[in-house]
Amino acid sequence: MAVCIAVIAKENYPLYIRSVPTQNELKFHYTVHTSLDVVEEKISAVGKAMADQRELYLGLLYPTEDYKVYGYVTNSKVKFVIVVDSSNTSLRDNEIRSMFRKLHNSFTDVMCNPFYNPGDTIQSKAFDGMVSAMMVQAS
Amino acid sequence: MEAHEEKPIIYTMENKPIVTCAGDQSLFTSLYTSLAQQLPKEPMEWRRSYGRAPKMIHLEANFVQFKEELLPKDGNKALLTFPFLHIYWTDCCDTEVYKASVKEDMQRWQNILRLHSSVDWLIVVVESDAKKKNKTNILPRTSIVDKIRNDFCNKQSDRCVVLSDPLKESSRSQESWSSFLTKLRTLLLMSFTKNLGRFEDDMRTLREKRTEPGWSFCDYFMVQEELAFVFEMLQQFEDALVQYDELDALFTQYVLNFGAGDGANWLGSFCAPVRSWNGLLLRRPIDMEKRELIQRGEASLLDLRSYLFSRQCTLLIFLQRPWEVTLRALELLHNCVQELRLLEVSVVPGALDCWVFLSCLEVLHRIEGCCDRSQLEANCSHTVGLWTYATEKLKSLGYLCGLVAENGPTSEDLNRTVDLLAGLGTERPETGITMQSPYKKLKEALSSVEAFEKHYLVSALRKGDPERAEGFLEESLRLYVAEGWSLQVTHTRKQMAECQKLLRQTDDYLQTSALLAGDANLNQEERTHFCQEILSFASQPPGPSDQTVALSMAAFAQLRQLQFSPPGAVVHVGAALQLELRVRCLMPVAVHVGQLAATLHFSLEQGGARGRAGQGDGVVLFPQGSPLSGAGCSLTPALELYEMQDRSPSDSSLNSAGVVCKNVHLLLRRHDSNASLDTPTAGVLPAAVAVDDGAQMLRARDVTLQPGDNSILFTAPVRNPGSYTLRQLCGSVGRVQFVQSHIYPVVQYEVYSQEPQLTIEPLSGLSVYNLLAGIPQRVKFTIATGHYSIKKGDALQLSNTDSMPILHSSRCSATILSSTGGQALSIQSSEKVTSISLPPTPPYHTLEFQLEVLCHIPPAPLKLDSERLTNGEVRHRSKSRSHADSAMIHIDQKVSIDCPWSIYSTLISLTFYVPFKAKHTLLSAGRRKYIQVCLQNVSDSNFHLADPVLVERQPTTTVELLSLNAKRQQLVCSQQSLFCLWEMRWAKDLPPCLQCEFSASFVPISALDPPAAFKTYRYEFQLDRAEICPASGDKHCRTGTLCGLEVSITRQAEPSETEGEEEESTEIEGLKTTKLMYEVVDNSSNWAVCGKSSGVVSMPVAPSATHRVQMEVMPLFAGHLPFPNIKVFKYLPHSAAQVIQPDTDSCLENDNLSLLDKGLDDQGDTASIRSRGSVHSVGSGEQQREQQRGLPMPRLEPFSPGQVFNWTQGRQVLVLPATDDHVMEVNVT
Repeated sequence: MAVCIAVIAKENYPLYIRSVPTQNELKFHYTVHTSLDVVEEKISAVGKAMADQRELYLGLLYPTEDYKVYGYVTNSKVKFVIVVDSSNTSLRDNEIRSMFRKLHNSFTDVMCNPFYNPGDTIQSKAFDGMVSAMMVQAS
Repeated sequence: MEAHEEKPIIYTMENKPIVTCAGDQSLFTSLYTSLAQQLPKEPMEWRRSYGRAPKMIHLEANFVQFKEELLPKDGNKALLTFPFLHIYWTDCCDTEVYKASVKEDMQRWQNILRLHSSVDWLIVVVESDAKKKNKTNILPRTSIVDKIRNDFCNKQSDRCVVLSDPLKESSRSQESWSSFLTKLRTLLLMSFTKNLGRFEDDMRTLREKRTEPGWSFCDYFMVQEELAFVFEMLQQFEDALVQYDELDALFTQYVLNFGAGDGANWLGSFCAPVRSWNGLLLRRPIDMEKRELIQRGEASLLDLRSYLFSRQCTLLIFLQRPWEVTLRALELLHNCVQELRLLEVSVVPGALDCWVFLSCLEVLHRIEGCCDRSQLEANCSHTVGLWTYATEKLKSLGYLCGLVAENGPTSEDLNRTVDLLAGLGTERPETGITMQSPYKKLKEALSSVEAFEKHYLVSALRKGDPERAEGFLEESLRLYVAEGWSLQVTHTRKQMAECQKLLRQTDDYLQTSALLAGDANLNQEERTHFCQEILSFASQPPGPSDQTVALSMAAFAQLRQLQFSPPGAVVHVGAALQLELRVRCLMPVAVHVGQLAATLHFSLEQGGARGRAGQGDGVVLFPQGSPLSGAGCSLTPALELYEMQDRSPSDSSLNSAGVVCKNVHLLLRRHDSNASLDTPTAGVLPAAVAVDDGAQMLRARDVTLQPGDNSILFTAPVRNPGSYTLRQLCGSVGRVQFVQSHIYPVVQYEVYSQEPQLTIEPLSGLSVYNLLAGIPQRVKFTIATGHYSIKKGDALQLSNTDSMPILHSSRCSATILSSTGGQALSIQSSEKVTSISLPPTPPYHTLEFQLEVLCHIPPAPLKLDSERLTNGEVRHRSKSRSHADSAMIHIDQKVSIDCPWSIYSTLISLTFYVPFKAKHTLLSAGRRKYIQVCLQNVSDSNFHLADPVLVERQPTTTVELLSLNAKRQQLVCSQQSLFCLWEMRWAKDLPPCLQCEFSASFVPISALDPPAAFKTYRYEFQLDRAEICPASGDKHCRTGTLCGLEVSITRQAEPSETEGEEEESTEIEGLKTTKLMYEVVDNSSNWAVCGKSSGVVSMPVAPSATHRVQMEVMPLFAGHLPFPNIKVFKYLPHSAAQVIQPDTDSCLENDNLSLLDKGLDDQGDTASIRSRGSVHSVGSGEQQREQQRGLPMPRLEPFSPGQVFNWTQGRQVLVLPATDDHVMEVNVT
């Protein structure tokens, strides 16, 4: 489904980033990193008054010729980015949303782990497995 | 009017709904101008079907002359050419004329309309006064209108309107115009609603048929576009756009369905190979060429998309939404590329790139054309995507056509270029005139390498300008490093390395190379390459002006841990201290480091309690965090929180509790100011490298660091005492130095210097009470040499004392700790000193040897109980004092030792404890007297005792001591006592004083095996006889009778007493007399002092000088009465205040009182000999107190405590009742 899934900390450093192994990892890193600017823009555009009932899903951040980048921001400003192959037309907004929801749930589980230090890179196997599932489904 | 008529119907924005005009053309022509002006002036509400919101609409119309051809044939669905309204104009006011020609004409017109089932018509009758005047035979004006209405509008009377005097400026004319226009607008709208509604219904029907085999998208496209055109014509751009969006969505869905395997036949035409890629064309409102292609069903996918987008673009720009254009453009371009892929359309490589590039620029130009600069700048976020896309495409074209290749394009590349250029076609006329059209740009860029670079750099600033590129790269690198994106960091560094190499920034290049060589994101090959770059530079012979290059150590190696050996990291001067440094080398290959040195900061102050970095095990762990992956986290180091509790010191209740952050300094420091170690700038490091050559260093030469962990051993310099802090680590590889300017956590070690020390202590384990006097004891000498090295011939000189001789023993040997074997010790004694020659010992060693010493027990003190003074206090002496709990007497023996390292003598005090304590008691049995001596072993050792002997010190013949002790040798265990008894026999009178000496031999049980000599313990004591003279005449005192009281004051302070007082020294004044004042007082009202109760006596300063005074007292009660108090003061005549020093008078005085009974009856035998040492003296505390009298002069000064001994203290005298004659004995003991 997804070709790259990333969790970015509030300070914009990657907590978790994983991409389809067959493709250039660097490219995805660049893509994700670039998308953060759009995330920032979108968050600031929403404005502070609306911050409470803000929609976490940011929608399509930006399309490229080959990929579509979707964004999601938790209330603690942790960003989720999902990169999807443009040719994959079966993915609609709803599917992306549900992917983000799943990602968020799994991330919450990671954060709830008392042995996890907030701010560290995520090494949870459960999280990894969930991400793998989301990526495998595509191929 | 002709102009409008002649003009072909073109699909331009000038399109207006067609209204045909029939009838009097000249009349219409005269009215046309005002009509065309007036019609759009007022908006009209357009109510629409299907629940669409009503709109206010300004109507315009294209008035054309009525022709039959204009009316649509059956099946022609064209809406644009559709005449929405037909107007018949007439100014006929003459019935005749009407009947003759106009009616007929109208009839014909009506017939044609009816034939085409057009019901939207209007007859306008123009009335003018001028015309009326000309015609004389005019009918009433209304009649013509009525006639027309009658003839044509059978039910719709509103289809005929009158326009009065249209060319005049009158209110009537205005009114009629207005009503006419309203009518006209209403009818037009009605027509629109009706016709469009019908059209939409038809269109929907057509769309529903899309699943049928013969359905064609292109046909449908044309139909719906017609509708869009009409909306556009009506200025309803929003509605028009909706039509195009619907078409767009429909097409997209078909393509997607095709991808899903559900292909429609008509899509086949769109799957044709792409032959033309000349980009979007947005300058024309309608691209007729493409439209025709679509109409003919020959359009390619790109054609259709281009056309569709150009229409959407046009409408969006009308709607003032240029930014949506850019957004949609990007989407479109991406989408097109995807769709072509999906439909598996064959495309010449690069063709799409061309198309996208041209399209991007075209869109941008179009946007720039309709916005001013400020608007553009404000909305650059919308255009940036297009620019990027164009750049990307140009770049990929450049690669494709070999334009960025180092050797220029190959022939294959050129062929490809030619193909691509061919696909561009010719430039369109719209842009042909301008110098900077996208078409020209692309063509130029593709035609030559130089031109490509020129064009490409305009947007990319990449190649050929490495200086600027480096700046950009560095900026982005900083961001990536700060945000911890390691792959980007690596990639950007690689690019930077390229730039720096080009720019010949050697230092920077080497630094970057070092970082890259240690970068785990790169493969081994790349890393080795960068490593070799450094090594090859390092191995170059340095030029004369070249300096060494300093690079950050962080890129080269990481410190892992440092281990001190010995672990304490505290050593004395000259000792060996080793540091084992563990370094993780990040280089991919083994690197030979010429020298690895750590600069030390030396400070004199000793750390002492300051926390040294090393823990107990001497290991310093350096915080790990790889410089790359941990960068994100290092932005905000983890909080180190510690619990803090403040307890009150008194009851340890909690005052406050809190949490302390220990690394505040890390958390609160400014983030921008800390120069990141990862990106050291060239300016920072060389300064840090400026190492003082004189500074002390840890050095390791010729180390080869293998990839991974390495261990390097340093030997720390320990020449000077002080603390050494590791400051900077520097590894030199040829000309390159890797420098770590700070070592954190702080690593310190300390070097101390120690003065030689001599301690003497009893050999432990022998006795709890340590040294015992009287038997040989082993004493341990310990010499900590400190910085002094004991040379051959150095000796300790011990001053000899008589009381403590040093026993020579062959067993004496010295042991140097931390070396093996004992070394013989030679001891030489001369008269005054004992010299112990020490074996040579290196500094900071400990030398130990033992000596046997013996402390003689001084003649046992008579004082033992006499120490108990009248006031009951234990008198403290400095020389020997009772042991606190077991009353052990100890002797401090001072030894003065001359050490070779010091010019001063060391005075060492040894304390010996006397193992025995003796007590004597005088026992009476009838007239017999016995002396019992109790010898108590107060030590913890067991002794054998032998030969207890009691002798008189000044042998007299009068007394004979008869031993009653049988055994010769006896065991006295610890804390046990031995009692010896002698009977005392005397021939004549008892001497007033009997001085005895008790002696016994003892030997410690443990020392029996090696035969040890018995030592003698002596105990001397004195027995005194008290001067109690029973009253002569009468046996006893009686109450109410006067008795004689003899007060005897004796000077006791004399050297003959065994207790050698310090006061002895005061007896130097010769035969001087001192004055004493005595006073007899009785506080308890037992006695009445008769006559003189006090007086001053002169005491000669001589031992045992006695002064007797006779006084008279009378007992007031019968019974055992205590003696009256006698107080003695120093009497200081005022004139002699300075003559008599207080010291002189501080001699001990003993008052010897005897109470003489008045009734003189000498009872010598009842007199008892009281032992001064006896503790049985009956105690009712009659004490002599010093009292300070407030005599003005002469002064009285009391004796200090213990200076006066009251002989009669606690003694009582029996007083009989006056009438009683009973004989009672005075109870003494």
